[in-house]
Amino acid sequence: MKRILLAAMTTTALLASAGAGFSKDTLTVGEVLEPPGLDPTAGAASAIRRVTYSNIYEGLVRIDGQGNLKPGLAESWTTSPDELTYTFKLRQNVKFHDGTPFDCAIVKFSYDRATAPDSTNAQKGLFEPIAKTECPDPSTAVVTLKRPTSTFLFGMGWGDAVMMAPGSAATNKTKPVGTGAFRFKRWVQGDRVELERNPDYWGTPAKLAGVTFRFISDPSAAAAAVLAGDIDAFPEFPAPELLERFKADNRLQVEVGTTAGKVVFVLNNARKPFDDVKVRRALAHAIDRKALVDAISSGYGALIGSHYTPVDPGYLDLNSVYPYDVAKAKALLAEAGVKPGTVMTIVLPPPAYSRRGGEIIAGMLSQVGLQVNLVPMEFAQWLDQVFKRSDYETTIIGHTEARDLDIYARDTYYFNYQNPEYKALYKAYTEAKDETQRIELLGKLQRKLSDDEPNVFLYALPKIGVWDKKVQGLWKNLPIPANDLTAASWAN
Amino acid sequence: MSRSLLIGGLVTAAIVGMALVSLVWTPYSPTAINIAKKLQGPSLTYWLGTDAFGRDVFSMIMVGARNSILVSVVAVAVGAGIGVPLGALAAARGGMIDNFVMRLTDLAFAFPALLTAVIITAVFGPGAFNAMLAIGIFNIPVFARLTRGSSLGLWKREYVLAARCAGRGDIAITLDHVLPNIGHILIVQATIQFALAIVAEAGLSYVGLGTQPPQPSWGKMLNDAQTYIYQAPLLAVFPGLAITFAVLGLNLLGDGLRDLLDPRIRRQR
Repeated sequence: MKRILLAAMTTTALLASAGAGFSKDTLTVGEVLEPPGLDPTAGAASAIRRVTYSNIYEGLVRIDGQGNLKPGLAESWTTSPDELTYTFKLRQNVKFHDGTPFDCAIVKFSYDRATAPDSTNAQKGLFEPIAKTECPDPSTAVVTLKRPTSTFLFGMGWGDAVMMAPGSAATNKTKPVGTGAFRFKRWVQGDRVELERNPDYWGTPAKLAGVTFRFISDPSAAAAAVLAGDIDAFPEFPAPELLERFKADNRLQVEVGTTAGKVVFVLNNARKPFDDVKVRRALAHAIDRKALVDAISSGYGALIGSHYTPVDPGYLDLNSVYPYDVAKAKALLAEAGVKPGTVMTIVLPPPAYSRRGGEIIAGMLSQVGLQVNLVPMEFAQWLDQVFKRSDYETTIIGHTEARDLDIYARDTYYFNYQNPEYKALYKAYTEAKDETQRIELLGKLQRKLSDDEPNVFLYALPKIGVWDKKVQGLWKNLPIPANDLTAASWAN
Repeated sequence: MSRSLLIGGLVTAAIVGMALVSLVWTPYSPTAINIAKKLQGPSLTYWLGTDAFGRDVFSMIMVGARNSILVSVVAVAVGAGIGVPLGALAAARGGMIDNFVMRLTDLAFAFPALLTAVIITAVFGPGAFNAMLAIGIFNIPVFARLTRGSSLGLWKREYVLAARCAGRGDIAITLDHVLPNIGHILIVQATIQFALAIVAEAGLSYVGLGTQPPQPSWGKMLNDAQTYIYQAPLLAVFPGLAITFAVLGLNLLGDGLRDLLDPRIRRQR
């Protein structure tokens, strides 16, 4: 009797666990960096967007996995012939997670908040062309621009332009409330963020009942978590040298795609000697970027010659402008009066490309007589000291925003590149009316950056994704920083 | 001479020798990057192969030994330099002072040593200097307790009483009679603490809080080797062996020294 009972119990347990395996409806996603907050309209860290974009918050328009502009909370839109007025037809019956209805008042609030003088939006430039937002009726929003701006609509698809309600905007940093297919459940600081399906979603509901983002910055710990099955998907895996190992594992799917990200050796142009273009060019000559990419990311990632990647429209190949040339670098440094043995500091945030890149660049710069101090730094401190206060000499970071040539045209930005010529070119580009003119100006912008070399442009950040073969609907490429999981699901 | 003293002495001498030689010569620069030659196996050109950046592993091990030993020597010196006087003071004065010092060491022992070191380096910033201090600080109570414990009995001895009657002060008695009699114990303990400090330094560098790149260190080499474990497993083996031999050598040396120096064991022979 006892034995039969035991057998019956074992069978039930087995069935139960098998059943649980089949009906798995939650996904654990690995990420390298923990976001400093969960409000993408109040922080530059792309880690915020990787958790929240499309999942929690939505904008009037959205950008899909192919980089195409798609309707979001606006069903459709029309542009006036003078390209100054955008009329958005808003979706009906959309509610925020706390029940607040979405209508034109929300659009006006969100855009007014971003354009306000005290706005904390990290991409104020996207909103700068907006003259006013008006609401002829609750389901129509009319945005008037100061001047025709070709980049406006694409910008409104960024995480920085998502819709927020007045009642929750102030607390979104810790308790995000959006209109998306997932709603916020909890955030265990230093470990994970949990989301759950929004049952009242206006569109196609999410297939997953819940999503957990786990933050693991150490590449070997990340690999162990993937191999152990603790992480179902690591969309941007930090250690490319392990790909062969993952490929050999028939449970895992490996996808190498592109991102809009650029890994850049950032120089503080306001500090000596980096204010001298000769020094910046010397550094560009001193770094063997081909070898760097081989060592950091096992050769994945295209070399770039300006702040623009091969997948962006109007890309120019400027890789031959600063060939690896130690003698030339030394000569330029001597011309600029930088003596051999000069000490410089590179601040290194946690991503592997930065920490490894720092060691390699330090080695390469020692060949041209520069002595490099490496200062590893946690991400929150990096955001504050380097990005916010601009208190650094050089750093290595990936700029993940798509087509963000505007950052070199800003009056204040952490690398302090100020060039009226570039600013004029950028203004002409955003105001250009036809495609050929735009492409021509994009080329000029890239040439100007390559010529001035405000930063040393290293390579285009590849998207190296690894996930369970049964997971479907993840993005192969990353046109903008995001982890859109609204279409993700488990295969049976 | 005991076998452990011989083997321990030889292994330790080899590692210290390697560290000393690295001051004047290494096969290659330990920081020179040569990516075209990355991840090579051991060969006549690269004795222990190259790492992911094409740096020579043998040169890195040599300089790593130097950094490791430097951190450990300073850490043990800090620990003994502060711990021994504290312990001697506690034993000499007794009473409140003794109680106070011993409760302080209890407090220090209540925290796991490596965790304390991690906290200290996390607060004061990562780096070899702070690692020395951090490891040194958790060595203090070890030496304080040992000194107090082993000298307490000596204060009751007749020759100490005699010295006292002769009008010698506490400091003079400690220097003339107490320390010489516990010296062997302290030396043995120092070798053990030295071995622990090497492990601690490797642990701190492994988590990025010890010796900073581009300076090579054994712990950092182990960490770097992790993600290459499938492509180049030897990269993890060599720094691992270096740490093992250093610790094994010092422990054997400590054992041997204890046998050699302990007056009681010596008399039995």
